[in-house]
Amino acid sequence: MLAFIIRRVGQSLLVLMIVGLVAFSMFRFVGDPIDNMLGQERTIEDVERLRGQLGLDQPFVVQYYRFLEGAVQGNFGVSYRQGRPVADIIFERAPATLELAAVSGILAVLFGIGLGVFTAIRRDGIAANVIMATSLIGVSLPTFLIGILLIYLFSVELGWLPSFGRGETVRLGGWWTTGFLTESGLRALILPSITLGLYQMTLIMRLVRSEMLEVLRQDYIRFARARGIRERVVNFRHALKNTMVPVVTVIGLQLGSIIAFAIITETVFQWPGVGLLFINAIQFVDIPVMAAYLMLISVMFVGINLLVDILYVFIDPRLRIDSSGGK
Amino acid sequence: MKTVSKAVLASFIAAMAAPVGAETLRWARAGDALTLDPHAQNEGPTHTVRHQMYEPLIIRDTTGAFEPALATEWGPKADDPNVWVFKLREGVTFHDGAAFTAEDVVFSFERAQQPNSDMKELIGSITEVRAVDDLTVEIVTDGPNPILPSNLTNLFMMDKGWAEANNTVNVQDFEGGEITYATTNANGTGPYTLVSREPDVKTVMAKNEAYWGIDQFPLEVTEIVYTPIQNAATRVAAMLSGEVDFLQDMPVQDLERVNAVEGLTVKKAPQNRVIFFGLNMGADDIEADDVDGANPLADVRVRKAMSMAINRDAIQQVVMRGQSIPAGMIAPPFVNGWTAEMDAESSTDIEGAKALLAEAGYGDGFSIRLDCPNDRYINDEAICQAAVGMLGQIGITVNLDAKPKAQHFPLITEGQTDFYMLGWGVPTYDSEYIFNFLVHGREDSIGTWNGTGFDNDELDAKIESLASNTDLDARNADIADIWRVVQDEALYIPIHHQVLNWGMSETFGIEVDPEDQPKVKYITVN
Repeated sequence: MLAFIIRRVGQSLLVLMIVGLVAFSMFRFVGDPIDNMLGQERTIEDVERLRGQLGLDQPFVVQYYRFLEGAVQGNFGVSYRQGRPVADIIFERAPATLELAAVSGILAVLFGIGLGVFTAIRRDGIAANVIMATSLIGVSLPTFLIGILLIYLFSVELGWLPSFGRGETVRLGGWWTTGFLTESGLRALILPSITLGLYQMTLIMRLVRSEMLEVLRQDYIRFARARGIRERVVNFRHALKNTMVPVVTVIGLQLGSIIAFAIITETVFQWPGVGLLFINAIQFVDIPVMAAYLMLISVMFVGINLLVDILYVFIDPRLRIDSSGGK
Repeated sequence: MKTVSKAVLASFIAAMAAPVGAETLRWARAGDALTLDPHAQNEGPTHTVRHQMYEPLIIRDTTGAFEPALATEWGPKADDPNVWVFKLREGVTFHDGAAFTAEDVVFSFERAQQPNSDMKELIGSITEVRAVDDLTVEIVTDGPNPILPSNLTNLFMMDKGWAEANNTVNVQDFEGGEITYATTNANGTGPYTLVSREPDVKTVMAKNEAYWGIDQFPLEVTEIVYTPIQNAATRVAAMLSGEVDFLQDMPVQDLERVNAVEGLTVKKAPQNRVIFFGLNMGADDIEADDVDGANPLADVRVRKAMSMAINRDAIQQVVMRGQSIPAGMIAPPFVNGWTAEMDAESSTDIEGAKALLAEAGYGDGFSIRLDCPNDRYINDEAICQAAVGMLGQIGITVNLDAKPKAQHFPLITEGQTDFYMLGWGVPTYDSEYIFNFLVHGREDSIGTWNGTGFDNDELDAKIESLASNTDLDARNADIADIWRVVQDEALYIPIHHQVLNWGMSETFGIEVDPEDQPKVKYITVN
């Protein structure tokens, strides 16, 4: 058991190292940061000096090594664009992304499960069919288009909701800022969180529906009905509970993609989170920010997968026997 | 439901019609200032934000002419051509109440000359700045410098005492990630004071009631809320929905859309930026073409033919939707040395171009790669695509390679492209600046953006002599001579001058500034 976990952790670390290496080998193709950092009046001397100072004249493997060296000590370097420590900038931006992801995730889960159950129970009803048809939009339309359509409809045409930004925020504690406590902050959350959560919502809804239909066909549901148990209890206590196992797994994995997908939503709504920071970093060739962001996202995905793997061991005894079979 | 939505809409329109607080200017553009430190970055949007809070000795008005700011009078010293004398404005105070004196000017210049300063190249000729009395400053240069004032319009003045008290005597080490008090705070003499700032999110400024020019300028905006909005569609949506009063960096395709909305208007003016193609004429053989052992671009007839193949009116009408001014020389119209005649020298003549090519021995044409940025200038990639078709008409097959600016510009500065697009703005409003960077042969600190391989020692000497020629008539004659060579050699293929478009609510009276640097103190509120 312990050996299994150690092996999995080791594999995860290896994956992280490789992700970093690939990322660093790609950075040179993004362009030359020096060009953005110095004005057009710079001299060749200035360029060489800065290039040496930032270590950009070194091979990428050396640059990567230096990054790792700093990263294990919690130092992610300095943003080329803002001239501030990357860790500070990411901490400052993280609350915006996490709040947006949390609201989107909650919306996706609540509406996804609710509508999924509804469309499964009333599978032939008109409403259910309409919901199913429109859910195709959520799956097939790209996020930026949904965002722009929502802005066009609710900000430009109707004028109900703000088209950009986070509204007024309130500072909590040392570094957390929240938009939950002001009216403009809450209003600003509506469109981006719908945009970000729509895909996940339709995904969960379709999954719940098909699982639910499967379960409703089972014998024990028929017997439950035959026993005269009320329809609501059958649907929610007996059927829904049994559909939740795969749904929970998918929700867990989708949590990571909500944060990663936030890049596009944040760009469309000028949401001041880490995704927007990353897009800015790419345009400016801000290597320290790009590196830190990519590592952070890969740590998150690898971490979630690791956790899922370990949880499976606890849930599924067969894995436990297999893994210690060599003894 | 319908009545509810109508009611909400009505109340929203009412809220829009009676502007909130009446004098708040909600201002958006694509990017944010990188820092507030007055000397740490020499970059357009950064200067624009600082201009509201800090002031240089001299500024430019919306026509590009000098206007006194912290200096009221200036001129070369009578008996010494190496010295400029600046008389300072009396009774000026910084935001914290400290008086503005010659000592602060000396301090600010010395600070701007520090190694970490990004402004040091612009004032590289200055050897000493000395205070004669409280309101007089003498600036000594390493030789006569007739255009020194042109280099000072973005050089902001700081309070010595404030900098010392807050430990920001040294310029922020931007690349080293240093954050100083001056990075996030501002104490200038300007018409607005800093209220709050979140980088990349929002900067709020309030009217400075103690401003020296409070009776001279409208100063009708009492609060500025500056928010960068990166995505072009979102930026326009914010303006259409009434969340923003003033918009820079308007996408060309949305101009009519914004103009059509009641209460909104778009104003345009020529920008201080010209767009052109550069040709590598200096190399014996170039890599980007299919001609072996020779460089077709070395022949002036080929360069002229290529210029004649470009239909600038078509680019203006189709690619730019009217938002450009076709150019015949690579100087923006405000610049000293620009003439209407030279700017009209380009013409389209496909048959003539074909004949010239045949005369040069390339009657069958050749193929070449064109390097083009795709995120720097207005419709840059589309202009290049249009040029591909136009050059194709005279038998030149162009392979377009469009890339982000961070990849494109190094090609030019490192000499890895033979045919490229470049745009140029002239902050000094003088041709010398263009010659120094684009015409002078490439050396360590001069000719750095000249990717043409053109290197004419005689011309270089003439360019260098401009810096210290105090006889302005003779200097202008030299400038005209140099331009003649640039035009006759067809060193560059001019395309057009960019046009600036600013979107605004009709509540505000805003005049477009050719440097794309709005100064809010001029804005009136109806």
